[in-house]
Amino acid sequence: MKPRMDPGIKSGIQAGMPIALGYFPIAIAFGALAGQAQLNWLEGVMMSGLVFAGASQFVAVSMILAGSGSLQILTTTFFLNLRHLIMSLAVNQQMKEFSLARKGGLSFFITDETFAFLTLGDEIDGQDKTPGFMAGLMITAYLGWVSGTLVGGLGANFIPPQITTAMTVGLYGLFIGLLVPPALKSRPFALIAILSMVLNWGLSRCLDSGWAIVLSTVLAAGLGISILGDEK
Amino acid sequence: MNTVLLILGMALVTYLPRLVPVLFMDRFQFPPWFYKWLKSIPYAALGALIFPGVLWVDPDQPLIGLLGGLTALALSSLKVHVTLVMGGSICTVLILQYLFF
Repeated sequence: MKPRMDPGIKSGIQAGMPIALGYFPIAIAFGALAGQAQLNWLEGVMMSGLVFAGASQFVAVSMILAGSGSLQILTTTFFLNLRHLIMSLAVNQQMKEFSLARKGGLSFFITDETFAFLTLGDEIDGQDKTPGFMAGLMITAYLGWVSGTLVGGLGANFIPPQITTAMTVGLYGLFIGLLVPPALKSRPFALIAILSMVLNWGLSRCLDSGWAIVLSTVLAAGLGISILGDEK
Repeated sequence: MNTVLLILGMALVTYLPRLVPVLFMDRFQFPPWFYKWLKSIPYAALGALIFPGVLWVDPDQPLIGLLGGLTALALSSLKVHVTLVMGGSICTVLILQYLFF
């Protein structure tokens, strides 16, 4: 008997490639920065492999460089990544039928980008969110992040800063490319997204950016309660 | 604390929020408004992730991020594939950097 492989894995890997490509140069920059903070390449790769949350890793390494204490770093990391709780609530809606072990495993790979793809990516590939598809997408993104960290940590920081800036805009391009098509089809969802931008613009002036994103998301999604119809 | 312990601690405090919904969501019956809220989360989260962060792609030149974002907006409303949307915004920023900054 041939081993049965979920055909979704292949399309998951394909769908994850843009995320991996977007992560790679930014991870190289992270690996290089970790080196400056006296982390050896293995510790840098370990952080990427076990934490897998880009923004908080940059913040943690900058805090190490600034001489912050471990407790401060852990607290900051926790609050910076608390937004994944809300994202995980939404991704869970796509995993209702999966076993607990699969859900628990896949939830490790929830990032801003994988969350965006798994909740709004229907437009692009029309894929069923099978466990194989989700694992393929998430692990591809993960490998992009970890391998980039390795390259940067080994001192091969061959990517000029302009390219890193340009690739950062690429991740915003990914967000925009995922948000706009479904929002164009639904006025309520478009309103929610715009409200969230306005809220976040105001809140990020007086709050730390992690908190501003969490609050804007929670509040703007609340608008959905009153303007969305009852269809399931 | 040594670095490895710090990394393990970071791993734990990062994984917990990702895991908590998996452990608890199935155990409760939620009212209908909760599901409307859940359905709205991707749109709200993406809105907040995009703006105003896109302006800070190059912290010294908010215009670069803005134009990169507008390129992505134009391309995505033409319904091209998301890879092209990414590529288009990256090219815009590279060209702007080369020409002006």
